Amino acid sequence: MKIDLADTTASGITSALLDARRHSGSPAMGMVLTLVVVAEEATIRDAMLAAAQAAHEHPARVLGVIIRGGRGAARLEASVRVGGEAASGESVLMRFYGELSRHADSVVMPLLLPESPVVVWWPGRPPANMSTDPIGSLAQRRVADTSAGSRPLATLRNVSANYAPGDTDLAWTRLTPWRTLLAASLDQHPARVAAATVEAASGSASAPLLAAWLSQRLEVDARVIRTGGPGITAVRLEVPGGEIAITRSDGRLARYSVPGQPVRSVALRRRDIAELLSEELRRLDPDDIYAQTVQEYLARTDATGRRATTGRSAAKKASAKRPSATKTSTKKALATKKAPATKTAAKKTSTTKTSTRRSAGPTRRSSR
Amino acid sequence: MSTQTSRGTAIGAMAAADLPPTWWRENPLRDPQDRRLPRIAGPCGLIIFGITGDLARKKLMPAVYDLANRGLLPPGFALVGFARRDWAQQDFEKVVHDSVRENARTEFREEVWRQLAEGFRFVPGELGDEASMQRLRVAIDELDAERGTEGNHAFYLSVPPRLFPITIQQLKAVGLADADNGGWRRVVVEKPFGHDLASAQELNRITSEVFPPQSVFRIDHYLGKETVQNLLALRFANSMFEPVWNSNYVDSVQITMAEDIGIGGRAGYYDGIGAARDVIQNHLLQLLALTTMEEPVAFDAHSLRIEKQKALAAVKLPDRLDLHTVRAQYGPGWQGGQKVGGYLDEQGIPPDSRTDTYAAIKLGIDTRRWAGVPFYLRTGKRLARRVTEVAVVFKKAPHLPFTSTETEELGNNTLVLRVQPDEGVTIRFGSKVPGTQMEIRDVTMDFAYGGAFTQTSPEAYERLILDVLLGEPPLFPQHEEVELSWRILDPIEDFWAEHGQPCRYEAGTWGPVQADEMLARDGRTWRRP
Repeated sequence: MKIDLADTTASGITSALLDARRHSGSPAMGMVLTLVVVAEEATIRDAMLAAAQAAHEHPARVLGVIIRGGRGAARLEASVRVGGEAASGESVLMRFYGELSRHADSVVMPLLLPESPVVVWWPGRPPANMSTDPIGSLAQRRVADTSAGSRPLATLRNVSANYAPGDTDLAWTRLTPWRTLLAASLDQHPARVAAATVEAASGSASAPLLAAWLSQRLEVDARVIRTGGPGITAVRLEVPGGEIAITRSDGRLARYSVPGQPVRSVALRRRDIAELLSEELRRLDPDDIYAQTVQEYLARTDATGRRATTGRSAAKKASAKRPSATKTSTKKALATKKAPATKTAAKKTSTTKTSTRRSAGPTRRSSR
Repeated sequence: MSTQTSRGTAIGAMAAADLPPTWWRENPLRDPQDRRLPRIAGPCGLIIFGITGDLARKKLMPAVYDLANRGLLPPGFALVGFARRDWAQQDFEKVVHDSVRENARTEFREEVWRQLAEGFRFVPGELGDEASMQRLRVAIDELDAERGTEGNHAFYLSVPPRLFPITIQQLKAVGLADADNGGWRRVVVEKPFGHDLASAQELNRITSEVFPPQSVFRIDHYLGKETVQNLLALRFANSMFEPVWNSNYVDSVQITMAEDIGIGGRAGYYDGIGAARDVIQNHLLQLLALTTMEEPVAFDAHSLRIEKQKALAAVKLPDRLDLHTVRAQYGPGWQGGQKVGGYLDEQGIPPDSRTDTYAAIKLGIDTRRWAGVPFYLRTGKRLARRVTEVAVVFKKAPHLPFTSTETEELGNNTLVLRVQPDEGVTIRFGSKVPGTQMEIRDVTMDFAYGGAFTQTSPEAYERLILDVLLGEPPLFPQHEEVELSWRILDPIEDFWAEHGQPCRYEAGTWGPVQADEMLARDGRTWRRP
């Protein structure tokens, strides 16, 4: 059932939702969360569809928010759907005009389901700071997609710099299958990793995150090499006796090779937004590993003052020795100290590349 | 909802075989905090005996595909089919392809198929024939070389139970049962695990000669269902149910598994076995154990098993088996709009068969928690609809400040765990009917598991196959449980064998009148599920 409301308020929407539910015999809804989708006219259709699909797994009240702005009178347009396309929940699409555009949270707040978690998702460009954004601050979980905009790396940098617990990024979610395979490869082939490389299309926001994760976990300096894509095309871990390599050139089927074992295929499809969103909704507590990865990413880009993926060419990058890439034994002594300044100082003293490994001691960055 | 992760493990509560693997400590990419990463089994092979059977085509092969599609199978996974067919490799691939296309839960994707198909092998042969088994051995050795399966193999016995012993012994004879150089060998058997206590013990003797107990996986697919696992979450993760989960508040418990189908083409297996052995001994008694057991000290295989065994060991049979058990056979009738024949009309059933297609029994549990609470278990074929549920019926309020007319339509509060097909939880309680008069009537509150999105409620077989490959046994009954179940059922079966004939019920109904009378004797009625 669909109800269109031309000039309305939050209570108008609430009673429309109630009407629609009564109309369909007050079916059991069992909604587990409120999902707020903040998008633009151009992207809202796909975003709402993805949200509705994700709501199959996590029955939700989906609130679509489009900020139209403009100088006209403050006005709220809404259309309410229960059942049908909204499948296992309810959905409301709202357009905010005029002055109301700056107070969208006043409409969203009364529409949140009682007690249950609130997730805000920006399918396009996220706000400058998600956790202080008026709508973002209503949520436990804020989901950006830094890959979506026209300048993914700048967005990634910004989202990472403003990280607050509860923030996540679909660019990170996209990495789960890669990370799963990499973790499994080390389960099966336990070895000390001496170096790691991520190969990806230029402008991939996921690649620097994957490199940061590998650097943080393996205590190596993972490099990002630019390729033709699509997305991430390969990850290579240098281990004694060869390399663990997962290569995927077509975005679908990967080749998986481990020293001493036959090369095998593994399906590694690029997932669609609805699947990513579903994964994101599965756990609503802050993602600590993401937080650590973001810290590492920031540290990596801070140190050189340039982004991790500005490598000009793969060949050059491979041979050129980046000063920041070297983590010397001096670092080992300082491994337990966590002040960034100390760390930078330690890096500056480095002259050799004999040990690219960091100490095996407790190096988990303090980013709880 | 995963009930797997949350609990820590009490020290000393676990046998060595159940110790959690230490992978995350050794692998820097693993972190217990990183809950996005699922565990993938290591490279391994799944060898299915009886690949042409219904179960393999409708459940096993689709489940394998779905696992691969969800990224949970390792690169280098191999699927070996063994059957008495003259198939070439392509024929086998086509059979798997068709079965996946038809029955898989998730979307068909070419790349997933290609990953899987690289590891397909077919071995034509006959169970019990040494040469065939030698061919299988060669095929498996080849896989170890070509696919890097490293000697890790699980043998899935999807064959009639009478072939279990010979198959297991042959695996031993050709040396397939022994893992070499650090690999593992596991064997998976489907129910029935014997047809009485003696045969179950015999079967266990044969398997344990060849495989150690922790390598034997008895599949009871009910235990892989989300709701069954949720039963434990519901009971032990919440505070509001535990206080009333005892004989002070519970009036009775009804556990039902109804099927709308007849015996289909399974006459050879079913006749002589019957509903009680087929369903009550495993599914219903397992559900009973999970419903009634005390809180395990940890959510691991060993602790769970201890509690389930205690519950099963405390089960008490009624004194008068003639009054508190019923068995019946379906006669012809109309089932959901179709005219169907009776059991004796089914193909391959002797006209004088006394096999039960419906069984209802009353059990008690002799513990402080459950003393005096009757547990009614029933199962049947050709009943009105397909449903499995556990209904915990609570006592009525001791005093009602309403008149009897006002509460005429108020029944007992009930908590229903719907196991299938509509998985979820229902709570039934009284509520005022809108209007000027005070009138109280039962209403229900439903919790339903979400729809049919890619990852929701994986098929039970997916979960179980994955657990076999990972070597995680919490959801598989051990032989002690199997034997305890037979100890409960054997006296009833013996009594039935010696006394009288099965009752009759019309197909498409909720069972024989005698079952209704059985509950009426206790002043109760069956729920209509």
